[in-house]
Amino acid sequence: MAVSPWEGELSAMLKQRFPDQISEFSTYLGQNFLIAHPEAVIPILEFLRFEAEFDYLVDVTAVDYLQRQERFDLVYVLYSFARNERIRVKTLIADGYKPPTATRVYLTANWLEREVFDMFGIEFAGHPDMRRILLPEDWEGYPLRKDKSILDCDNKWIEEHLGIEGGQ
Amino acid sequence: MPDQTFLDSTELVLNMGPQHPSTHGVLRVVLKLDGEKVLGADCVIGYLHRGVEKIGENRTYQQFAPYVDRMDYCAAVSNGLGYCLAVEKLLNAEAPPRAQAVRVILTELNRIASHLIWLGTHALDIGAITPLFYVMREREEILNIFEKYCGARLTTHAFRIGGLQYETYDGLEQDVKAACDHVLPKIDEYERLLTGNRIWIGRLQNVGVLNAADCKQYGVTGPMLRAAGVKWDLRKAQPYSGYQQYDFEIPTGTNGDTYDRYRVRMEEMRQSVRIIRQAVERIPEGSIMAKIPKVIKPPVGEAYVSIEAPKGELGYFIVSDGSTQPYRLRVRPPSFVNLQALDQMTRGALVADVVAIIGTLDIVLGEVDR
Repeated sequence: MAVSPWEGELSAMLKQRFPDQISEFSTYLGQNFLIAHPEAVIPILEFLRFEAEFDYLVDVTAVDYLQRQERFDLVYVLYSFARNERIRVKTLIADGYKPPTATRVYLTANWLEREVFDMFGIEFAGHPDMRRILLPEDWEGYPLRKDKSILDCDNKWIEEHLGIEGGQ
Repeated sequence: MPDQTFLDSTELVLNMGPQHPSTHGVLRVVLKLDGEKVLGADCVIGYLHRGVEKIGENRTYQQFAPYVDRMDYCAAVSNGLGYCLAVEKLLNAEAPPRAQAVRVILTELNRIASHLIWLGTHALDIGAITPLFYVMREREEILNIFEKYCGARLTTHAFRIGGLQYETYDGLEQDVKAACDHVLPKIDEYERLLTGNRIWIGRLQNVGVLNAADCKQYGVTGPMLRAAGVKWDLRKAQPYSGYQQYDFEIPTGTNGDTYDRYRVRMEEMRQSVRIIRQAVERIPEGSIMAKIPKVIKPPVGEAYVSIEAPKGELGYFIVSDGSTQPYRLRVRPPSFVNLQALDQMTRGALVADVVAIIGTLDIVLGEVDR
């Protein structure tokens, strides 16, 4: 990815505030993002929300890089109405790591994090309602992980509940 | 003393849906009630989950384009526009001006069609049956234009990555103008039926209030945010596809109740007509397709692109690994995020209001569940 460094007022502010916790400030195709240490994500979100007017959490999602040691990218897309600016906060986490929930900073995170849990099996620590949201609660497996093929599904569940042969 | 149970003796759990005519598809809401008063609502969703994001990872960029139409099937053109813009962003390409103008016309027509469906079903839920038949009549005019342009009425797949597949047909301008002339007075007609109607006001005013601060907390966008008084529209805030060339207002409300949301959406249809009329007057000449390769392989990287869909901010986050298929394709659906506010909006309301509130959320379950 041909990224260029992101230099601006906001990135300077963040650099000063979180000197060791942010490893990268970048711009790609005119979109700014930063890569933070997993433990620092919530303090950074709090800072952005309460001190930099990023009052709208647009999206929380993940990307699975199966071969990488820190398997998942966790991505928070933020927007500020006052600044009309959008940034992404990214963090790299290993499989099994439980990132702290962002629900205390943004209420939107509730369902968005549930969807990440449902699709990737990333459990958020301290989430008030960590259940599956789109798939049935007793479904086995996390479909958006890269080691799941598009044809894989929970055959047992399908046979039990729908009375048809699974795996088609 | 035993621990407090889920239900006190005065409380009751009522299951609504998934097969219920006023849940707009297969939405199941578990309501906790105290008599007629709602204490909380828990949404059970996913009945229409098809794994659209997984499908995206297993199709080429072009192959996936028709799938997005099937998320919000009331606004298929908007979905397609957002997807095309996102892939074009990754390719660092832009559709030519002629394609952009046609895209604006069709997208705004689709916004009107989507709002008409909302109006008809919302009114039907509340007990006004007549508007449903009227809105279908006007929507037909718009769908006819889609059909003449690309052959499909609902899941249109009208745009292609880089521009348009088809040149406009002879007489598109006249058809679009005629549709505008037809729809605009009808909007006044609907307003005469509903706006001052005592039953309508009684059922909508101060129902499902969501103020601006709550909207932002819940990430609620689109007409719902505007009805709470926030003058924010992505078409103005971060214009795409040439929206900066057109004059239009962002209608806003003050109370953020169901009635305000009704007023905002009605006004949005008029503003859409205004945009279409400007766009159709000056469709530039020229190519309809940008110079992009036949095999689309965006360079390694990621981008988040969003548009103002009829329901709110529709975003696509695409990660490319340089191959012909997206490495990760995330859809940020407005309906899913807006639906989360249902619990907050129904608290303290009556059971009958829940129906009005689901209607005013303007959700499409195909998009919620993906």
